[in-house]
Amino acid sequence: MIPAVDYIRILPELVLSIFGIIVMMVDPVLPEQSPKKPLGVIAVIGVLAALAATAYQPGFYGSAFYNTVSVDTFSVFFHVVVLLIALVVILISFEYLDVQWIRSGEYYALVLFGTVGMMLMSAAVELVLIFIALEISSISTYILAGMRRRAAESAEASLKYFLLGSFATAFFLYGVALIFGATGTTNVYGIAHYFQTQQASVLAYLAVGLMFVGLGFKVASAPFHVWTPDVYEGSPAPVVALMSTGPKAAAFAVLLRVLFATGAPGWFWMVWVSAALSMTLGNIGALVQQNVKRLLAYSSIAHAGYLLVAFAAAKQVGISAAIFYAASYAAMNVGAFAVIGHFASEGEKYVTLDDYAGLGRRSPLLAATLTIFLLSLIGIPVTGGFFAKFYVFSAALQSNLVGLTIIGVINSAIAAYYYLRVIVYMYMRDERVEAPVARIPAGLGVGLAISLVATIYLGVMPGRVLDYAIQSAQDLLK
Amino acid sequence: MKFINDNILTIVVFLPLAGAILLAFFPRRDRDVRYFALAVSLITLLASLHLTWYFVRGQSGFQYEENVPWIPHPNIHYHMGVDGISLWLVILTTFLMPLCVLISWKSIGDRVKEFFILMLVLETAMIGVFVALDLFLFYFFWEATLIPMALLIGMYGHGRKIYAAVKFFLYTMIASVFMLAAILWLYARTGSFDFVTIQGMIQSGQVSGFGNAALWLFLGFFVAFAVKVPLFPVHTWLPDAHVEAPTAGSVLLAGVLLKMGTYGLLRFNLGLFPEQARRNAPWIIALAIIGIIYGALVAMIQPNIKRLVAYTSVSHLGFVVLGIFSFTQLGVDGAVYQMLSHGISTGALFMLLGMIYDRRHTYELSEFGGLATPMPVFATFFAFIMLSSVGLPLLNGFVGEFMVLSGAFQAKQLYGILAATGVIWSACYLLWMYQRVFYGNVTKPVNSSLRDIDARERVSLWPLAIAALVMGVAPMLWLHSIDPAVSAALKQFSGVTQAAVLPARNSPAAPGPPLHADFARNGVEVIGR
Repeated sequence: MIPAVDYIRILPELVLSIFGIIVMMVDPVLPEQSPKKPLGVIAVIGVLAALAATAYQPGFYGSAFYNTVSVDTFSVFFHVVVLLIALVVILISFEYLDVQWIRSGEYYALVLFGTVGMMLMSAAVELVLIFIALEISSISTYILAGMRRRAAESAEASLKYFLLGSFATAFFLYGVALIFGATGTTNVYGIAHYFQTQQASVLAYLAVGLMFVGLGFKVASAPFHVWTPDVYEGSPAPVVALMSTGPKAAAFAVLLRVLFATGAPGWFWMVWVSAALSMTLGNIGALVQQNVKRLLAYSSIAHAGYLLVAFAAAKQVGISAAIFYAASYAAMNVGAFAVIGHFASEGEKYVTLDDYAGLGRRSPLLAATLTIFLLSLIGIPVTGGFFAKFYVFSAALQSNLVGLTIIGVINSAIAAYYYLRVIVYMYMRDERVEAPVARIPAGLGVGLAISLVATIYLGVMPGRVLDYAIQSAQDLLK
Repeated sequence: MKFINDNILTIVVFLPLAGAILLAFFPRRDRDVRYFALAVSLITLLASLHLTWYFVRGQSGFQYEENVPWIPHPNIHYHMGVDGISLWLVILTTFLMPLCVLISWKSIGDRVKEFFILMLVLETAMIGVFVALDLFLFYFFWEATLIPMALLIGMYGHGRKIYAAVKFFLYTMIASVFMLAAILWLYARTGSFDFVTIQGMIQSGQVSGFGNAALWLFLGFFVAFAVKVPLFPVHTWLPDAHVEAPTAGSVLLAGVLLKMGTYGLLRFNLGLFPEQARRNAPWIIALAIIGIIYGALVAMIQPNIKRLVAYTSVSHLGFVVLGIFSFTQLGVDGAVYQMLSHGISTGALFMLLGMIYDRRHTYELSEFGGLATPMPVFATFFAFIMLSSVGLPLLNGFVGEFMVLSGAFQAKQLYGILAATGVIWSACYLLWMYQRVFYGNVTKPVNSSLRDIDARERVSLWPLAIAALVMGVAPMLWLHSIDPAVSAALKQFSGVTQAAVLPARNSPAAPGPPLHADFARNGVEVIGR
């Protein structure tokens, strides 16, 4: 008999799933060619309800469903992050879908289901459940990537993402199978108990390696990053906003559980090399990009690298740094893609740097907003990106990772160049094309405001979120 | 009153930012925007005068301290305070700001609102750099100066403005990440970002592994500051940035931003790593002297007036670095004084050049000649300011240079001799430039009808001219508060300075270390008379 409190522990997931189903049921009732904004509104209500459900959870910490789900500060933190991402993405999609002539109600349902998967990823402590959650989130995003049906590159993005993504999940599954072979259990706490009491076998090392490969693909860290630029370039901008932050944050949450909560062996050099490679390849790749979406794709690879630096720093301080970084990266990146999506106009025509020339004049507000997000991505003070990076490198030095820190700080100096290039185009070049900028619609306005406030808040008053991140790290290691 | 006294630094730092935020919601009426920016900068100036008014002179250590926890983990405090060194740099900043607003009144006609928002944000960041006593807070403001300045150059500059803006940004950014790494290392070992705490822990030898890392930490800070100063050979961003920047940008760049570098050297490199500073002083002094001479020689042959003045900064800032690394009371006093007077003189020079540019839209020397005929008032102002920059006695430039050179002589005669040639060079290039621009007949017909400077331009020049004169005749007004702060900063060098001071033949009034501060005063009072 499952106690009732267990349902409270998955309440946010339940609520959001129900709303996803409602969206699907309402969709056929609406006239075929009408805009699907009402569905979006339902989705927003769903996300807010799920947020409320998450806010209700702190009274009910503990594990549920025979130790497959664990509700703690860690899961609540990632629930909130993922839900806020979903909220902003849905808000910025209202206008976007209209402009792009995407008339599919399942868009919102998929965003909701994908979010359910991501939330479950952060709460699950059973590798098989983690796998299922991973698939729920991945399959939703595969479809979302192909939503611009008329554009060939969107189909390419979807297919590429699907094929490589399935390949990667297979790696993860293989790792799960091997860890079961090595330890006799797939429960995170069971595995932790095994590693505490017994010597790890070669099989266990192999398992950890395979799981890292699978998750490394999901977070787009080098050398598993090659799909990223093509997929980000082809997918609709709000979807990129989602998949560059949501599944990524969730996959990092899983990685934190798999590597640290289990006390797994042999991950250090793997993470170290992957961190150094991601930062370097991501930043160097971004230097030569002309397409802003591709540029930000490479930047997201680099940011995965910074996050992995926090992983390498390990244990409490590193984990809290990673958690904080994931949150502030989500805030700034969703915001940046929101602006890009709006500016791209019908058919995503305007996405090259040249199209951004003179944006500072044509739309001062939008340009200023994008500038703040870019400055945050560089890591300039007053923004969340600055503090997140500062905290990550501080954690790394506390763990004596001098080499990795140096690689990191040099990389963040290189990175300044290409973000700055976008700013230079916006403010210092004279416009060559008269790319029109539409008025900022309400949904986008609210979405941008949320990301903007979050970005600045995390940069100026990081104290509370940081305390929560530290608490989460303690809970994770318990 | 108590509230103001307790929070005066916060008020001074964030007034401009508050103004900038208000300005963002202003309607785009350029006239109102200008007046508002002027009002904000004047109020900030008034607020900062509160600092000088209640500042306890003759006392070392930090005053008006504010120290509240900001972020609990990592242990970051909102810690601010001023001593005699930073006090005057803050005043310099707030003093130059209204003048910069005035000088941009007409020359900035496009995107006016954005311009003044950037200026005010920049002011907050610059003041913050000088008052921050928490390394995190310091780095926070340090980096925050970058963006507004780069945007000012890139959006409102001329010619190769994008190149100059990006170069400025990248040079500073790349250099400062090394400082970041050093700060983080210190935090990892001390558990604190607080300057005073870390200094105490280093002095008492509580920092594990400090001995091995000290050189790298010193260099981490040094690189960041050396690029900003700029010290030879990392000075190359400066001429580009200056030539392409709008006038107000140049004034602030030369007047304040460069001082952030020398201030950092004095506060952090000397304050935290005295041992390393002493060991590395020879090659740093060598670079400073190369900068003095090289900057002067290159300035002499520039065909572009603004580039010429930019190179004089390389030369003059070389004096400052030389003074700091002489580790003598006199030398460091002089260096701080030279920072202030360079801010006044070079700031004024750039404003004067901006006035020419407003009229002719060129900085090429060959375009000018005989300007004294159509613009006599302007020529007079220019002569006065130029002489203050050359270092004519009774004007501000002389005091600082004299003290730095005396300090350098005390440290090592060779330093003094080599650096003293810089004074000659500066007379050469500035006077020659003046001659070519102002004397003789009007060479280009278009120059003969130039109007002389108007009331607004005079209003923006008078304060600087007066400051140059007062600083030249009554340096004790400043040195009274600079001197104790410097001797506190040099306390860790007592062993070193003693060696440098005792054999000095030109110091009859300084038989021992406790008195060499008196020597500085005596020397200065002699100059004052």
